[in-house]
Amino acid sequence: MSILQSSLPGRRPMPVATAWQRLNSNRGWLALWFMLPAAAFLVLFLAYPLFLGVWMSFTDARIGRDGVFIGLENYQWLWDDSVFWLSVFNTLLYTVVASAIKFAVGLYLALLLNRHMPFKAMIRAAVLIPFIVPTVLSAIAFWWIYDSQFSIISWSLTKMGLIHENINFLGDSNWARASVIFANIWRGVPFVAITLLAGLQTVSPSLYEAATLDGATSWQRFRYITYPLLTPIIAVVMTFSVLFTFTDFQLIWALTRGGPVNATHLMATLSYQRGILSGRLGEGAAIATAMIPFLMAAIAISWFGMQRRKWQQGTDND
Amino acid sequence: MTETTANDPRLATAATAAKDDDSDGMSYLESLPRRLVTLYLPLFIILVVLLFPFYWMALTSIKPDEQLIDMETYNPFWVVKPTLKHISKLLFETQYPRWLWNTMYVAAAATTLSIIASVLAAYAIVRLRFRGAQTVGALIFMAYLVPPSVLFIPLASVIQAYGLFDSPLSLILVYPTLLIPFSTWLLMGYFKTIPFELEECALIDGASRWQILTRIVVPLAVPGLISAFIFSFTLCWNEFIYALTFLQSTQNKTVPVAIVNEFVDGDIYKWGSLMAGALVGSLPLVILYAFFVEHYVSAMTGAVKE
Repeated sequence: MSILQSSLPGRRPMPVATAWQRLNSNRGWLALWFMLPAAAFLVLFLAYPLFLGVWMSFTDARIGRDGVFIGLENYQWLWDDSVFWLSVFNTLLYTVVASAIKFAVGLYLALLLNRHMPFKAMIRAAVLIPFIVPTVLSAIAFWWIYDSQFSIISWSLTKMGLIHENINFLGDSNWARASVIFANIWRGVPFVAITLLAGLQTVSPSLYEAATLDGATSWQRFRYITYPLLTPIIAVVMTFSVLFTFTDFQLIWALTRGGPVNATHLMATLSYQRGILSGRLGEGAAIATAMIPFLMAAIAISWFGMQRRKWQQGTDND
Repeated sequence: MTETTANDPRLATAATAAKDDDSDGMSYLESLPRRLVTLYLPLFIILVVLLFPFYWMALTSIKPDEQLIDMETYNPFWVVKPTLKHISKLLFETQYPRWLWNTMYVAAAATTLSIIASVLAAYAIVRLRFRGAQTVGALIFMAYLVPPSVLFIPLASVIQAYGLFDSPLSLILVYPTLLIPFSTWLLMGYFKTIPFELEECALIDGASRWQILTRIVVPLAVPGLISAFIFSFTLCWNEFIYALTFLQSTQNKTVPVAIVNEFVDGDIYKWGSLMAGALVGSLPLVILYAFFVEHYVSAMTGAVKE
């Protein structure tokens, strides 16, 4: 007894964790609080509007008035609407042509920038400037460059004797399409080039040296070293590029607002025009919802690109 | 230049440099004329095309009106008597300073909110490793892939319902949905590189998770935070469709929206002030970019590579 009692004062009683303390060291509970701000933003202003948008596409909502459920009526209306189909065609044309050229020029530019040259850092920095400047502001510059009367391109071509009258860049359907596609490519190439360049820099130069010693031509070096190693990053970059080209709005809105005669209307601009300007929210939401299947396809491609990367990085294949 | 370094006595230093910069391994195999045709010429053409619109923008904004529309007596590629008329008109006769302030204020506020939310989220996903962390990470990546063009109509009615229509607050609350997915992924990458042992030591010494985050993780991830901050800021400045949809009154507009809506009148002399507006609206970002090029590039490539 006495021994036991004398030993007690030396020991501190074992602290018993209160329920509150245990809760605070619980990782799941802590994580909930850490995730809360981000989750709140994303749920309130992204996930909820996404579902609301799909719901609105089945209603006849107008600005200032909640809609009632009308089933597929908006979609049936759009199905018979030639302007809608024209916008789908324009969007696909715009996306395919612009993305293909962005990829080709971007990859070429990345390969050029990856070579050794003086002022390398400065040149790389300059390449990215079109990506930094807000799209609308550079689109305004393009608008001036494409002006029907005072276009610098028309002026230069006339001086060179190639054309005899000004090109009506934004007034003629096909010229307008070509012009907006060019502006989009101009804006997108730096992004593709700089991200692919980052991928290229991870390719070890000794691979190229070994291939050169074995007598590989520069095309073979590209085809059998650069391209396979770059595939995963190409998949991701091009998915982003396709996604953002497909849903582009601001460039078109600043340059043509869908004109001339709807020749450059994309689904996003048509959705804005019908939904916000004409006030038919339901119809606009239906057009926006119609973009989702295309986006899902792009995301699926991205997913398989990622899978392939995992497969390539696996240890059991050399 | 490269050819000379190959025979240089400083070959050893050049070789060490080549390790950091994996590109010049075999460049000595090429002759100068060949490099001229395959490298410098195409690069020069691409650079000219990429930078010409900015030259044209800057040139137009300092050109007197008569030179803008008279392309015969004056060479349009140059300016004879530059004028600051367009820029001063922009700054003193329009609400441009106000728009510039709106843009900056919205971008700064939205970016700050997003970075705080992203730091917490990224830390929780990478280090708390709660159940379902992987799924949450994947969901956040998915959020990155939802474009504003799909959301602006339902968001307009959400904003209307919350009574935030025509208020800059609507943009401050909505922009984080564009920024959080991107910054979270970027910061997750940075947090993963911080040694776990540091945190274990702190935990043993009795630090709480909050103290670990603010005293250890955040200070070590400062480069990542700068990248996320300036890239987000640029995205906000660039955003158009939400600002166009949610803001009505002239004095609340941001620069991109105001340029498109307020300057476009039938005036043949609009081009000078339009280009001045575009130039002044771009300059803050270009200056920011000039100081943080490396951070921009790592932000851009980091978010894609993750």
